[in-house]
Amino acid sequence: MIHFVILLSRQGKVRLTKWYSPYQQKERATVIRELSGLILSRGPKLCNFVEWKGYKVVYRRYASLYFCMCIDQDDNELEILEIIHHFVEILDRYFGSVCELDLIFNFHKAYYILDEILIAGELQESSKKTVARLIAAQDTMVETAKEEAGSISNMISQAM
Amino acid sequence: MYRPERRSEAPNSKPSAFSAASMAATAAITTTSSPSLVDTLFQRSLDDVIRALRSSPSSASEETVISRALDEIRREIRSPDLDTKSVSLQKLTYLASLHHLDLSWAAFHALELLPSPSLPHARIGYLAASLSFHPSSTELLPLATHQLRKHFAPSPANPPALAASALHLLALASSPDLGRHLASDLLPLLSSQSAASSSLRAKAVATALRTLAVCPDVAPVLFKPLVDCLSSSDPRTVSAAVGAFCELALAAPDPFPYLPLAPEFYRLLVDSRNNWVLIKVLKIFARLAPLEPRLASRILDPICQLLRRSHAKSLVFECIRTILSSLTDHEEAVRLAVDKVKEFLSSDDDPNLRYLGLRALSMLGSAHPWVVEESKEAVIKSLSDPDTNIRIESLHLIVGMLCESNVVEICNLLNKYAMKSDPEFANEIIGAMLVTCGKNLYELILDFDWYVALLGEMVRNPHCAKGEEIERQLVDIGLRVRDARPELVRVARDLLIDPALLGNPFLFRVLSASAWVSGEYVEFSRNPVELVEALLQPRINLLPSLIRAVYIQSVFKVMSFCFISFIEQIQAVELLSVGGSTQRSEKNGEQSDTVPLKTTESNVSEGDHGDTTADTVLLLDLIDKKTNFTRESISDLMNLIETAVAPLSECEEVEVQERARNVLGLLFTLRETQFWNIEAAHELKSDKELSEIIELLEAAFSEELGPVSANAQKRVSVPEGLNLNANLSDLSKILTDYDLTPSASISFSLQSYNPQETKEDSVLAVEPSSLLAEHRKRHGLYYLSTHRDGDELNDYPRANEPLLPVDHGDATEDLVKLTTPSLVPRKSKPTKPRPVVIRLDEGDGTSTSHLTTVKKSDNLLSEAIRGVLLENESQPSLSGKLDTSSKRRENDASDNSELISQQTESVTLEHGNSSSRKSRQHRTHKERNESHFKNEDIEKSSRHSIKSSRQHRRHKHRQRGDVTADIVPQTPAIQDFLL
Repeated sequence: MIHFVILLSRQGKVRLTKWYSPYQQKERATVIRELSGLILSRGPKLCNFVEWKGYKVVYRRYASLYFCMCIDQDDNELEILEIIHHFVEILDRYFGSVCELDLIFNFHKAYYILDEILIAGELQESSKKTVARLIAAQDTMVETAKEEAGSISNMISQAM
Repeated sequence: MYRPERRSEAPNSKPSAFSAASMAATAAITTTSSPSLVDTLFQRSLDDVIRALRSSPSSASEETVISRALDEIRREIRSPDLDTKSVSLQKLTYLASLHHLDLSWAAFHALELLPSPSLPHARIGYLAASLSFHPSSTELLPLATHQLRKHFAPSPANPPALAASALHLLALASSPDLGRHLASDLLPLLSSQSAASSSLRAKAVATALRTLAVCPDVAPVLFKPLVDCLSSSDPRTVSAAVGAFCELALAAPDPFPYLPLAPEFYRLLVDSRNNWVLIKVLKIFARLAPLEPRLASRILDPICQLLRRSHAKSLVFECIRTILSSLTDHEEAVRLAVDKVKEFLSSDDDPNLRYLGLRALSMLGSAHPWVVEESKEAVIKSLSDPDTNIRIESLHLIVGMLCESNVVEICNLLNKYAMKSDPEFANEIIGAMLVTCGKNLYELILDFDWYVALLGEMVRNPHCAKGEEIERQLVDIGLRVRDARPELVRVARDLLIDPALLGNPFLFRVLSASAWVSGEYVEFSRNPVELVEALLQPRINLLPSLIRAVYIQSVFKVMSFCFISFIEQIQAVELLSVGGSTQRSEKNGEQSDTVPLKTTESNVSEGDHGDTTADTVLLLDLIDKKTNFTRESISDLMNLIETAVAPLSECEEVEVQERARNVLGLLFTLRETQFWNIEAAHELKSDKELSEIIELLEAAFSEELGPVSANAQKRVSVPEGLNLNANLSDLSKILTDYDLTPSASISFSLQSYNPQETKEDSVLAVEPSSLLAEHRKRHGLYYLSTHRDGDELNDYPRANEPLLPVDHGDATEDLVKLTTPSLVPRKSKPTKPRPVVIRLDEGDGTSTSHLTTVKKSDNLLSEAIRGVLLENESQPSLSGKLDTSSKRRENDASDNSELISQQTESVTLEHGNSSSRKSRQHRTHKERNESHFKNEDIEKSSRHSIKSSRQHRRHKHRQRGDVTADIVPQTPAIQDFLL
């Protein structure tokens, strides 16, 4: 099971966090601090796994972003690397050559995409197309809902 | 200010909280009050906040931006307008997830957004809730129950995105209560067949898994639908279900309840083309295979095929892991897996594969030593890998292969390696060597001289920080291994005189051990004077006071040793001169005059039955070997000690001061006796004072310190009638009417080695023991009973059984072996027998094996699942609400099955319609099942060959398409399906 997903920038800034196991707010901060110290210091040609408190953290760097996932001892590290790659490809497809700024300004969308791929720490959707389709469908629904809301508030402001 | 008030009101208004909130919200939209309109118009969007954060130059200004934004959010979030509220909540979510702000105070606002008819609002609410809610921390979860249930219900008003978000929230925040209440609401989602909802079904499976994990008592409700999902036609659902079962089987302390599902998993293993599914299935089999040997031989073939065919490294690795962890009995498969591991190890461009290759090797353990032997080169090469993780992994592997025959060469190699590697890894190596060699009372070590020297070399490593463990082992070996003492003293001396070691604070403990060892076993020292010089060198001021105290105590021991040796020398010369004439009287004289020292002398005095000349030679030898203490050398020594120790008697640290004064006290007493005037032994005897001092000194250190068992205290059984908890208030009265003189001779920790000495002791202690007996008579309550029930307490601990006699190997052969270092245990031919290591009892030294404490909830879960899968075959299917359970949950968890059946009854009453339909359905299932089982019985009784049972299996699968419940067996004998 994946216990959490963290996206870190090279400077140690957090870009996304998702916790599938219960961690208190304070624990979350310490976890991120420890892991960024552990992972960001590692050189480029080393292996992508770090032992951490009886867990394993699998990370991979894409451009300036580190994608980290924490798993149990007996989970398959290579599988997690594939999941990370899967996630990145979907992000890339959705944003069109994704960059850090996309994630910064659309952080909730990144969450929604992650939610389509992983639920409760398990891989849900292994098809990139399906994820793209589901996200697109949600986007159109949100758009129409916003338009309606917009018209209502127009009406209200006109009424006033 | 604001939050507590909201919270306190929330539980009271539980049933209507949502309707009220939504009503208020709708009201707010129609009659927008002016402040919230201002808020809405001038509200900063999330993008504004992000831009402000990004444009702030320093972290300090970032702090101000955040706190400003937080002030805004606190104001805006109370707005009745849902747009304003959602935007402010979105901003807060951003700050909370990326800047570690506390989100819990806004949890109620997140709940307020959930019932909103607008999808964006609800999603923002769900996102915030899933980030802030915590199964244990939030009191608001019960308020979400109703809303979640509404969103689970399949209706056109609920877009899948909403239900998906609701599932997410439940998966992340499910508390036992929430899970229990909503378990039945998951059922329609779990069993829906439509293609449109297939992604929802997969999500529902994962959510059901979480719910099962937190409240095992919903297993009867959720487990069957989960099993059904395994045979679904939708690959997504199957994948999710396999993932769920993988989690369940891995987390279960005993995976036995999942064994009946093996046929399903086997089908997936053979048919599935999805690597992700296959990995999970392999994980399940790795857990199940050890339970059922027939299963292992069955899955072997498909796994080996996957291993050969697959190009996906993740799948290949999983196959390797499964074989090496669960199928190690199958030599051929292990061979295949090991070949793949070698490929991994030799992939120079991928550190991941090298790392995993090493992991795989260590998984196999020492059961197949040839495996590590074969890839020895790669393993040793990995020791110098740039990646620390790989280095540590290979170190563990190497250390794990240590055995009696190769420990010397490999440890020497490792120690050399530690010298030139970086500090962190050097300590890793040293630590690993210490742990492995010290394991189980040094069971790997045959040659203690070598090991002690190795310890000394470890200390020379400039990065060494394992002082404490080395200290422990030095002292421990001194206590336990008599034969190692001479070498130990030599090593300790080298350490003490090395000025470089005083600069490394990590090694102070080692120095303390060295000082103790050289004081305690000073009789093996070649040059006691040099030792005293080392112990009193000026730089010991660098040491902490406790260690300096040990140093001074050692000086004390060395000084008394030198003095006694000097006296003995005089006696020996005397004996020599008279020895020639009267052999008999000499012997008598020797035995009565000199209390045998614990060294070779005692052997000499006891063992010589030869003629006089041999005797004399031995004695002469003795005198020769010992450092000759002349009067000058002794008085020089005393002067040296006096100069160095005298200043310390004014030392501020009490420990040092006390020891220093002891030393000086002894020094002055000896000086007063003017022993240097004594020329011959008869003078010695005549000098009453001097002989008393000698006697005292010898008695003080002649007893050997033995190791004390960790369980020694426990072994003292509490005698009958002794109440350890009794009030001791009358003790003060006793103390006043009997002035308790501290009797020095009662020692509990000292254990004498020679039975003779014990007798002597008891003679010496006659007087105090009579007092003691009197005291015992008067206050028997506070004494242990005289009857000794634990003989081992007073006996010197029994030594190990001497090792089996070993034949002496050929020296040249040994050389050959040394030149080809190997990790494989060989038939060892040590050139000398292993010295005896004192072992106190079976509990000593070996780490007590920790029984795996099984988590209660896990137990509950597997119990429940066992119930569902194995026994309660006829249990009616559950549906509907289980609301009633929350109060009953207070009952003991062990009553679970009963509880559930109660619930079932109430459920059937409440939802007569649906459940009666379902039970009818179920009955038909059951009937089919029964007929099926009859078939099976017949087949089983006739015991066909494997081929026919295979056909049987296929036949089964065809049936399973429409009848899903038939995988539920009546007895664990279900495995026969497969075989």
